[in-house]
This record gives sequence, structure tokens and C-alpha cells, in this order.
Amino acid sequence: MHRILFRWLVGAVPVVFGVTVLTFVLTSLVPGDPGRTILGANASPAQVKVLDAQLGLDHPLPVRYWDWLTAALHGNLGDSITSGVPVSDQLTSRLGTTLSLIGGAILVAAVAGVALGVLSALKGGWLGRAVDGIALVGLAVPNFWFGLVLMTAFAVRLPLFPVSGYVPFTDSPVQWFESLVLPVLTLGVPATAPVAKQTRDGVLTQLDREYVRVLRARGVPERSVIFRHVLRNAAAPIVTVLGVVVVTLFGGTVLAETLFVMPGLGGLAVTAAQTQDIPTVQGVALVFTVTVMLINLLIEVVYAMLNPKVRT
Amino acid sequence: MNTPTAQHTAPAGGRKGPRRSTAPHGFTARLLRKKAAAASAGYLLLVVLVTLLASPLAPYDPDEQDLTAALQGPSGAHWLGTGELGRDVLSRLMHGGQITLLGVLITLAVYLPLGVPAGMIAGYKGGWFDRLVLKSADLISAVPVIIVLLVVLSVFTNNESAAMAANGLLGAPLLARVVRSATLGVKEELYVRAAVAGGIRDRVIIRRHVLPRVTGVVLVQASVFGAYAVLLETGLGFLGLGTTKASWGSMIAEASKNIGTDPWLLVPSGFMIISFILALGLLSDGLRDTLAERYAPPADKPPSRRMGRPRGAAPEPLRTEVPDTARVIEDPDPDALLSVRGLTVSLTIEGTPTAVIRDVSFDLRSGEVLGIVGETGCGKTITATSLLGMLPAGGRIASGTILFEGTDLARADAATMRRIRGRRIGWISQDPISSLDPSFTAGAQVAEVVRLHTGCSRKQARERTLELFAKVRLPDPGRVAGSYPHQLSGGMAQRVGIAAALAGDPALVIADEPTTALDVTVQAEILDLLRELQAAGTAVVLITHDWGVLADLCDRAVVMYAGEVVEEAEVTDLVTTPTHPYTAGLLGSDPHHALPGQPLPAVEGAVPPPTQWPVGCHFQNRCPRVTDACKEKPVVISRLVELERSTRCIRPLELIGGPAHD
Repeated sequence: MHRILFRWLVGAVPVVFGVTVLTFVLTSLVPGDPGRTILGANASPAQVKVLDAQLGLDHPLPVRYWDWLTAALHGNLGDSITSGVPVSDQLTSRLGTTLSLIGGAILVAAVAGVALGVLSALKGGWLGRAVDGIALVGLAVPNFWFGLVLMTAFAVRLPLFPVSGYVPFTDSPVQWFESLVLPVLTLGVPATAPVAKQTRDGVLTQLDREYVRVLRARGVPERSVIFRHVLRNAAAPIVTVLGVVVVTLFGGTVLAETLFVMPGLGGLAVTAAQTQDIPTVQGVALVFTVTVMLINLLIEVVYAMLNPKVRT
Repeated sequence: MNTPTAQHTAPAGGRKGPRRSTAPHGFTARLLRKKAAAASAGYLLLVVLVTLLASPLAPYDPDEQDLTAALQGPSGAHWLGTGELGRDVLSRLMHGGQITLLGVLITLAVYLPLGVPAGMIAGYKGGWFDRLVLKSADLISAVPVIIVLLVVLSVFTNNESAAMAANGLLGAPLLARVVRSATLGVKEELYVRAAVAGGIRDRVIIRRHVLPRVTGVVLVQASVFGAYAVLLETGLGFLGLGTTKASWGSMIAEASKNIGTDPWLLVPSGFMIISFILALGLLSDGLRDTLAERYAPPADKPPSRRMGRPRGAAPEPLRTEVPDTARVIEDPDPDALLSVRGLTVSLTIEGTPTAVIRDVSFDLRSGEVLGIVGETGCGKTITATSLLGMLPAGGRIASGTILFEGTDLARADAATMRRIRGRRIGWISQDPISSLDPSFTAGAQVAEVVRLHTGCSRKQARERTLELFAKVRLPDPGRVAGSYPHQLSGGMAQRVGIAAALAGDPALVIADEPTTALDVTVQAEILDLLRELQAAGTAVVLITHDWGVLADLCDRAVVMYAGEVVEEAEVTDLVTTPTHPYTAGLLGSDPHHALPGQPLPAVEGAVPPPTQWPVGCHFQNRCPRVTDACKEKPVVISRLVELERSTRCIRPLELIGGPAHD
């Protein structure tokens, strides 16, 4: 376990570092002047200069990065240029929405993907081809378009679910669930395809193994052969695929949260980008990267738990 | 949304086969022969042309408003209807394509010139540059790309070109990683090594030899990444972060505001995006397949689709089956534990059901050990697996009976077979380590079988497992029980396998070459265990090709050749006075009888596969005593009553009395 943690740190620290440097360098290229943006066109050049100094903009780039980084490590990501609210407050208040959405979508992708994959491996034939076809089409359908179709069908035509918005779990678990159904499906259904494909390939590979033959020869029922043994051995690469899927889901929240008007991090990033609210964009990029890294760690741990050769 | 790379990259390099023509027209021609890929390429070309010619072709100005005709469905005047300001959907779609195509173009214009050379240099040169490419690819695949693009867009407001260029930049290391592995393959090829040795400059080698070989891989990656760029561009358009002009993405955003009143608006723009990406996907699949064909030897024709027979039809006659008139089938022996009579098993070979063992008969009494001996490919394992009803896919028992404890296993249903497997008949595998599930401890696997067959509690099962481990002489049973298969030696794993086979207390154990994979010293110990089993009253079917093992352990033995039993006798008789030339030949080639300084005698030739069995005696082509009579018709196995043995030779007695082998 220590080894996994160490290896993870060795990989994750440079990534987080790299992303922060990248976003910082990029945002330093902003044409115009943040002080001017905040104070508006009527402010005098002297006022702008004072504010720029307050914001630390008169220092060279590496110094500014260092200041930002040390502040960030203390949880201070600056204030939003548009609303003046501390970025960290915005992020913490919205993290729950995004994690609910991603958690739901990955659950859908995992459960439906594994079920479809096992089914198509065992039944083969048209079901296998159907999984291939769905995977191909699934890659081609933009998730915002798919979300709109879901919205039209199940919120407008058949008003089963709310058209938009998000209700926190603590307010009402039932409404929380209802407000999540369509966005979760929007992201989760297309993510099913790669999981199903990996599951099918894995199960088919395992079914050819000698131990499967031997288990059957010992009279172990087929149900147990598949679900206890084969699936268990096929699980590790499926977990890896789920890890890749999670990264794509984080990108997907940007579109899904905008579409369903959910107060999450993805939606925040879009509005911040539209209004050139640089500290907020930086904050979201940081939180996304760190969260993805933590999920990678989780996947490493699960992988090790599933694979005795890694663990022992 | 993260940057994808094609999942199945084409064979990296050409180690798979001889290099064929790399002429581009050959590649294109082969690609166009794939219907889906050709149609996709045509469709993409059409979309590009229509988009480029949008100004002359489009029926309306894309921004021309007509508020009286807003949000109307398709009509004669507006084929695809109108949007919220009465703008013509078709015209906007045609013009909007320009934005998307431009975005794809910009992305690829950054992606390819950076990724391809970087990948080739990394693969060819290695070193720090190689590590840099790999590291940056790792880094980028861990970051949600769209967030970085949002950062770019917050800096360069509404500058979609900047975002698409950044996208190409972020994708380039992933392309480089793929190109790198393709380059590594090419680098090892003889003609490249020869060029290097010939002192040709690296730059020339890369351009002349490496580049043509990675082109296919690059095309595949480019079409996959192009599809991704379409998704991204339309996504940005949908978010309103791109240009303000008509684009496919912004048309979906417009549709999203009107789903209550005019859901039709979702259809044209959605169709355009989906069909365009789908076409790119099909094209890249076609490219990938064409590439795979080009560097792989041509595969055999796939077996005919007509597998199995229509319901209700009579079974097709088996290839290589013998007519019933050509054999004598005795009744099963009621006193035997296992009595096999006339067993014929067919497998589907090249689409045709083919007999792979035929007319196999033998008996086994309680507590006896029966050996099955013969070369590889003679049907020993098929015979053994058919006893458990575990033939491979497409296999079935065509005729014959397998009478075991009063039940005919050849006709038993699945439920009956399950009750017998493990509980009445145990199985010991040939490959001890891979016969264990790598994800469970040895103890858990055996305990599972114990519980399955006895229905006891978990605790009892654990205790019983330790007893079984002690019984198979595993040192430190507790430690072994907690070990995973990869932590066990072959001998220990085989003991675990035997313990599992004994968990249901079976009357018969089938051991398929149980010692082949083991060291000599361990072999002897495993054989001792089998002998103890026999002493305890368990019958054993032992498949082997080792005469020493056979003579050591077995009471009777069956010699199989090319799917048939050619001789069946008590082991001592068999070894001292073989009556079938094949038995004699096998005995002669046994290394235990080898004389120092003399070449080991071998039976000339090889076992014919089931599709090439001759009409007469199967051994005719390798038999030193063959006569014309051997080739005329199938040879029937005959019982030599006074000798208590059977042989499938028309002149068996010739051998008896004479020296079996010198």
C-alpha cells in the first residue's frame, strides 16, 4: 500500500504542478488589464495601478506564480473577479453537485457496461455486434445533443423529471434524485460503451483459461464460474477503463451542467471563461486535476485489491 | 471529454509478415473495397464540398431573418424548416459546416506536424526525448482537456481558432506515443538495420523507411482525433464560447431554447454532427483493418457460416465416421465402474462435423488404474473430457455409451452431469498453476468445492480443506491455504489441484498428464499420491505418454492412435508383448530404453489429423508391416479372448512371441 501511495505521489505531483503552471502561464497572456476590468472604464489610471499592485500584478511571472501557489496550498485561490466571492468558497459549494453527477454517471456506466459486456460475451452473435454498434454510435453522439433529446422526451413531452436545476441531497433526497436522473443518463449512457467492450473482451479471454475448464470439471455451477471467478479475473482492466472514463466525465460535466443549469464546477468554469474570471477558471482547473488524481489513486488501490500479484 | 487515441492500434511494425507493396494506390484500392469505409469517405467528401460551396449552393443567406416564418418545420420553401428568427436551417447548416471544418483543420494542422516527427524521433532515437514524449502523454491523458481549453478561451475570448490549436497541441503527445511504438517496430526490421549499418544518415532513413510505414497508423489516429475535434468544436459552439456565426454547435444551442415549441430543430444539426463523426469513425475502422491486412499474412478463409444444422433435420453424416457394419460393439460390462462402448465424438473442423475419436471402448473396475497412452493428437484428452461431458464448443458425442455407476453419461442431461462432476468423477489437470483461479487463495478454491459437494458450513469447509491438504502431503497446509496460485510451485499447485479433485470424494479420478509440467523429483511424489488414491479404492484414468509412469502405476492400458483404440491389455502384457505395430513402435521410442551411443528409434512420420484419416488402418502410412489388405477397409478391433486383450490389427499374432523391440 505504501508503494502504491509513493508511486501515485511521484506521478500526481508533477501533473498537478504542470497543470497549474500551464494555466498560470496561459492566463498571464490575457490581453488587457485585470485592474481595469474590475474597476471599469471610468477609473483613473492611478486607481488601476494601485489595484494592480494590490493584486500583485506588478511582480514578474515566476514571483506571481509562487505567491499564487503558496496561497493555494493554504486554501486561498483568490477572489472571483466578477463576483468578488473567494474562489475557494465557490468551489466548495459547487463540488457536491459535480461529484453527485459524476458519481451517478460512473455508476450507470459501470453497472450497465458490465451487464451488457457479460451478456454479449455469453450470448455472442447479434448482441455482441449490437454492443459494437452502440459503442461506435456512442462515440459519435455529442452528449449535449443526447441530453437535449432526453430532456425533450422525459422532461418536456413526458414531464417525468425536472427540465433543469439541482436540489441538494440535504434539502430533499427524492428531488435530488429526480434532478439528477437526466444529467446522469446524459453522461452515463455514452460512457457505457467502452466499459461494455472491455468487459466482453475480458470475459471472453477468461472463459478460454484452463481454470475455467477445471472449475466446470469440479461441478462448480456456471453462475458461480461466471460471476465469482471469470468476472473477478476480468475486473482489473475494467477498473482501468473506468478510470479513463472518469476523466472524460469531468470534461462532460462542463456541457451537462450548462445544459441542465446545474450549479456545479463545470458550469462555473464555462461562465468564468465567458466573463474572463481568471482566478475562478484557475481554481476549477486545479480542483478538477486534483480530483482526477485522487480518483486515479482510488483506482490504483482497487486494482491492487483485485490483483493478488500486485498486492502480495 | 478527454483526448482519445484509437484503442486498437494497428500492428506496430511489420514483424508479422513479409512486407508487401507499400504503393499508396494499393492501400487506397484495398481501403475502397471495404464498403462502409468507401461510403464514409464519399460522404465526408460530399459534406466538405457542399460546405465549401455553401455560398453559391445555399438557398438563403444564413443570417437572413424572417420573423413571420420563425420556428417552422420543413416545407417546400425551407426544406429543413426555420430557426427562431426565421433563418433557413439548411443554409445555416451548410455555412455552419465551414466553422466546424475550419476547427478540425486547425487542430490537425497542429496535431500532425508536431506529433508525427516527435513520435518518429522518440522511437528511432530513444533517450531523453523518448522519455519526454512518454511523460507528456501520461500527463495529458490525466487532465480533462476541455478545462484547459476553457482556460485558453477565457484568455482569448471567443477565439475558437486558438482553442482548436490548443487542442491539437494537447493531442500531439498522444499521437507521438502511438507513432513511437510503430517506429520501434520498423526500427527492428532487417532492411532498416541494414540501412543503418550501411551508414545512411538517420534523417534519410526516417524519411524513406520509417515514414511510409507509420503513415497508416497516423491516418487512423488523425481520423479518430478529427472526430474528436468535431465533438469539441460543436461543444464549444453549443456553450457559446466559439464564434457568433452560424455553426452546427450553436444551432443545437438554438434548438435547446426551443425544445418545448419546435423539437424538430434538434434533428438537422444533430444528424449532421452524428453522421459526420460516424463517417470518420467508420473510415478509421476501415483504415485500421486495411492496415492490419497489409502487414499480416492473409488469413485462411473463415469457416463457412453454415454451422449446426436446421432444426428437425437429420444429423449430417460425420466426416470420417465408420459405418456401423464395420465394427463390433459389445454390451457394456455391468460389473465395471466405467464401461465405454463404441464412443464416437465429433468436433466442428472447418465448418464440418468431423469424428475426432471413434469406436472407443474400454472398461475400468473400482480401484483400478487405467492408462491411456499415445502420441499428442491421438484423442486421449478428448476421450477423457467426453467422460465429463465437457467437450469444446461445437463438440458432441455422436454415438456410443459411457456407462458410469449405472448412468449413461453420453446421454445424461446437464443437471445430471453437474451432479457427477467433482462429486463422482474428479479431474486433475495437466497444467497445475493455470488450473487454479489466480484471484483466489488455494484454500478458498478448495473450500469452495468442499462446500459445493458437502453443503457444510464455511468453518467446516476450512477444516476439511486443511485435512485434504494434509492428505496430499502439502507441507504447512495453513500457509498454502493462504497462498495465491502465483506463490505456489508447480508441485504444490498440483497437490492443491488433487486436493480439490478429492473434495467431493469421487469414485473415479481422471488425471490428464498430471506430471508433464513438473520436475522429475516432484513427478515421483505426485505419482505416489495417485498410488495411495488407488490403494484407498479410488479408480483412476491416467492419461500419459510416459511408459515408465504407465508401467509403474496402471493395471490396464489403452493405446490410442489417430482417434482409435489400437490396443487394450494388461500393462505387463502390453509392455512385454505388444500385438499392435504402433504399440511396439511407441515402446521402441521410449527414451527409458535408449542405448547409449545409439540414436533413439522413432516411429517415422506424424499422426494424421482427423480430416486426413485414411480409409483402412489409421496407422498404415507409418507401419513397417503394412500390406495392401490394411488399406482396403476400416480395421475392426478384435478381442483375443484367451489373452484378455484387444487389438486393432489384421495380423496381430505375428508379433506375439517375437521380440517386441530390440
